[in-house]
Amino acid sequence: MLRPRITPCLLVHNNGLVKTIRFSNPKYVGDPINAVRIFNEKEVDEIIVLDIDATAQGRDPDYKLIKNLAAECRMPLCYGGGVKTVEQVERIVSLGVEKIAISNAAIRTTDLIHDTATRVGNQSIVVVMDVRKSSSSAGYEIFTHNGTKNTGINPAEFAKRMEADGAGEVVVNSIDNDGGMIGYDLKLIQEIRDSISLPITALGGAGTLKDIARLIERFGIIGAAAGSLFFFKGKYRAVLINYPSRSERDSLCKSRLNSK
Amino acid sequence: MISIVNYGLGNIQAFANIYNRLHIPVTIANTSGDLAEAEKIILPGVGAFDWAMTCLDASGMREELDSLVLKKKKPILGVCVGMQIMAKQSDEGKLEGLGWIDGEVKKFKETGENTKLQLPHMGWNDVVPITKEKSLFNSMSDHALFYFLHSYHFLPHEAAQAVAMTDYNGPFVSAVCCGNVFGVQFHPEKSHHWGVQLLKNFAELEIC
Repeated sequence: MLRPRITPCLLVHNNGLVKTIRFSNPKYVGDPINAVRIFNEKEVDEIIVLDIDATAQGRDPDYKLIKNLAAECRMPLCYGGGVKTVEQVERIVSLGVEKIAISNAAIRTTDLIHDTATRVGNQSIVVVMDVRKSSSSAGYEIFTHNGTKNTGINPAEFAKRMEADGAGEVVVNSIDNDGGMIGYDLKLIQEIRDSISLPITALGGAGTLKDIARLIERFGIIGAAAGSLFFFKGKYRAVLINYPSRSERDSLCKSRLNSK
Repeated sequence: MISIVNYGLGNIQAFANIYNRLHIPVTIANTSGDLAEAEKIILPGVGAFDWAMTCLDASGMREELDSLVLKKKKPILGVCVGMQIMAKQSDEGKLEGLGWIDGEVKKFKETGENTKLQLPHMGWNDVVPITKEKSLFNSMSDHALFYFLHSYHFLPHEAAQAVAMTDYNGPFVSAVCCGNVFGVQFHPEKSHHWGVQLLKNFAELEIC
């Protein structure tokens, strides 16, 4: 049986790893390669690394960092940050990265998802949507540039378009819940789930393993990504990398394992 | 010596790292000349079928590989799209495959029992070997999980060439073997200790 994926999400800022709250107040949590080594030992399902400086600074992806990460990762790696052309995607795949996340450029550049998926295959193209509750309506809107620019685009409609263009996965990142450790925005995930049949990864809000269990109970096969949960321990948010053991993971998927 | 074919796709370094940790001699082949000492070969892959074939042709290693695999019968392990291009053709592309195994690559059926099937098939799934002994799955635990990332799967024309099965909207062939030609749909280089075991088994396999 296919298992839900439980995925640490690492944010790179000024060459270090950080964790944000609502996309602000980055707190240093460690060195990227060192964190990957610890996650290797914990046999994590997969890993997402997002360079949150690249698009904001208008620069290219840091290929040296990507190469080092890919060489170190013993689990599948999804890289995102500053990716805007087919050539960049090809180069990153050739460095040994399984999945490439595209966010801002998927919105700005028509056909980018179609063109990249045609070259490297749709399984490797991941669209990341940074989403915030709309201040003017009951719905949601996609933001770019680390949550500073409102595109006004509805995420469910955009996800549908990305599926038609050839994306292989959609990461739904809730800006409102980011770093809050208050649980995933299940309503938002449901809206996206209802609009596409691509694999979805939820990000933003997981504070305990129960939040992940709730997500899996509701959606079955889904990716449960988290930052704070896997980096902080206790109410004082001491930095301590952690990840559920194999048996804890099995019990998180229990509702699914039993239904088979 | 195990040679990893570097034709511009797949995580070459991940394979090399695993063999280095196991103290099994390994080399990365960038040209056909580099393949001269190959006793066993790994053909990795992440990508679309036609792109993989185009890259392999452009690498200048295709002719040498044909000769090593078909004439000299060197054991070769294809991974993901590296396995798929060993077929004759694929639903995903227009180009002809290598044709080392009589089979084709099909797209998953799109409709599930109740809801639409999620594609790509992405994540960790069970791999059930048909025989364990003297195969890639030698001394593998019964609950081995491997990482998958694909929307197309291999369909060998001879049933005996299917050596492991996985369930996703029904069973599909997740590993194939035809004499000295092996292929796995999943990514052993990214499948933790189970993947390490499989790559070790490939290194230790004796082909008669």
